[in-house]
Amino acid sequence: MGMVPDSLGVRWHSLPCQSILLIHRHAWAQCLNPRPSPISTYGLIIPLSGGWRPGGGGLAVGTVLLIEEDRYNSYSQMVLKYFMAEGVLCGHELFLASAQDHPDDILTELPAPILDDIASHSPMEGRMQLGGPHASQDAMKIAWRYQNLPKVQTALASSSRFGHYYDVSKKMEPEIRQAANCHAFYLPEHSTESSAPHSPLLESYSALLSWGISYRRDSDGGFKGTAAHPFSLAPLAAKSRNVLRIGLPSLGSPLWGDDLCCRDNPAHGHALTTFLYGLRAVLRSSLSVAVLTIPSHLIQNRAVMGNITRLCDNAIALESFKGSDRETNPLYKDYHGLLHVRQVPRLNCLLTELPDHKDLAFKLKRKQFTIERLHLPPDLSETVSRVSRGELAGAAATGTSCGSSGNKHLDF
Amino acid sequence: MFPELNAILNTSPDNFKQGELILVSDRRADASFLVHHFLSFYLKAGCKVCFLGLAQSFSHYSAVSQRLGVSLTQAKEKGQLIFLEVLNESLDVLLQKTSNTKSQALDFLRDPAVGLRGLYDFVRASVSDSGVGGEDDGGVGTVGRWGPPVLLVDDLTVLLSLGVSVGSVLDFSHYCFVTVCSQLKGNMVTLVRCEGEEDEDEDGDEEGSERLLKGLTHQCCLTLHVQGLPTGFCRDIHGQVEVCWRKTQKDKPSNQRKLFQYKVHDKGASFFARGTSSAVL
Repeated sequence: MGMVPDSLGVRWHSLPCQSILLIHRHAWAQCLNPRPSPISTYGLIIPLSGGWRPGGGGLAVGTVLLIEEDRYNSYSQMVLKYFMAEGVLCGHELFLASAQDHPDDILTELPAPILDDIASHSPMEGRMQLGGPHASQDAMKIAWRYQNLPKVQTALASSSRFGHYYDVSKKMEPEIRQAANCHAFYLPEHSTESSAPHSPLLESYSALLSWGISYRRDSDGGFKGTAAHPFSLAPLAAKSRNVLRIGLPSLGSPLWGDDLCCRDNPAHGHALTTFLYGLRAVLRSSLSVAVLTIPSHLIQNRAVMGNITRLCDNAIALESFKGSDRETNPLYKDYHGLLHVRQVPRLNCLLTELPDHKDLAFKLKRKQFTIERLHLPPDLSETVSRVSRGELAGAAATGTSCGSSGNKHLDF
Repeated sequence: MFPELNAILNTSPDNFKQGELILVSDRRADASFLVHHFLSFYLKAGCKVCFLGLAQSFSHYSAVSQRLGVSLTQAKEKGQLIFLEVLNESLDVLLQKTSNTKSQALDFLRDPAVGLRGLYDFVRASVSDSGVGGEDDGGVGTVGRWGPPVLLVDDLTVLLSLGVSVGSVLDFSHYCFVTVCSQLKGNMVTLVRCEGEEDEDEDGDEEGSERLLKGLTHQCCLTLHVQGLPTGFCRDIHGQVEVCWRKTQKDKPSNQRKLFQYKVHDKGASFFARGTSSAVL
């Protein structure tokens, strides 16, 4: 309840949700959350299970998800596109603001949904590893203490389908995309009126925040009439209340006029944090969810990153293996990168849902973006001494030279 | 409020020390659960509470306090709680170009260089209405209705993020301390959040929240410092709290420190000595 289905193909362990979408072969069903409820001033409480967490599903309405970009900004953009694509299929309103690529170009690159009912991966597969009726036949005799421990599951097992699946190799068809109500903010096309003279906000950020106040739209659909924030859907009483998904790629980059990523002591050190505070104010009072990506690897000052993280509700960091020596590390051979959970939200309660496992790795397959628990496989080698692959490779290279440090066998 | 924490601090809603500045801080952890504790504690004690809610919206605090047995909405209606919900009013002020006399308390949003004078005036006006200590204004019927005033700030680091200088924040907290704690014999609780290691060398230019922490630590009577476990992440133990009493008696300043581990539940938090978590025993 009050949840927005998360970016898709993400195999989080998820709870059944009221907003499970029905997918038909030649049509798609628009499904709005029956009673979307913002967190704050409307006084409705989102139940704890509605919070987004690796062990759950969905993003709570009224929160911000911060994604710290991977070095080449490929996977973080992918997650953002999943988020927007899911919004298209759910019938939510979209708002995309960008300083680099035109938002329309970003929207043309949304992945195509897979509209078949048969998923590429059975969600129940994870469960089968627990080994139900066969367990009694394999009762352990020596290691009986380990009998009742679950077998290692890499997959964060999902009990039900939640959201859609997408095919990354294909683009979403224009008919599907244009059915969604999308508002674009492209910074170069925006005349930035000067912000308040002493405000820490940059002109670009204040333009973004004040966009809706001066924005008027005459065509059908859109925010007519009162000078409400675009993110506040309260004036649209006639229409059913809808959720607005906000995508903000590469916020804080120099293209926004911010020097946070360029200098150790930036002149506009508080512009982004002030903007994030304003964004939180907006989201808490409206039916919106925001996903933003920040090139944190460019920010030298860790304290600033800490402030930025605290002003968001959810925060994750993607670390891709591309271009690093981890790409060839046998431990990571099945994955494309690591996912670090920096912060989980506390929504109207004392408790947060802490993730079960903090070592998470992701891989982007054609039809799925999988996030799994990273663990060492059991060493099944036949040799008594555990020789790592690196040592084996070294021994092979040195050949039969004796006296070398890589030679493990003593010859007398 | 958390009964175990009351036992550790040797306080109760019927019997607590007045004129104290309590500093709650955290380092790479989240100490906001302690703010909820103090909020419900002082409301149950019948104090007049002024709460500066900078980090979250009113309904968040209200929802949590409900679980702790206190209704913020009722307290507000009765006049016991004065709640400044900065988030709600910030958007208009952030985009304002000129100062508005109505919202001078939030002037720092529009122009951080102005400082926190407006916010201090708001605090002083809120706590002076309590009619405590013979300062009632012409006997309008509010004499001694509530206990000593209490100021709670959640949290000061947000002010730093919004561009306010460390000096302004330290001045603000000093003025509030003098007004609330010294003059009105009330209490003050503030939250400061830090990032990074304690002894990191910042090349001589110390980061804002570290300086703020040091300045407030010097001034306060009681600190509660929340950190993660030094051994790493654990689901059953959420972190450790270091409680430090300073200046227990005026003539004999002494620093007493105690370290506890804690776990946050849905309706409270439990504190226990290191190594005695129920998950471990």
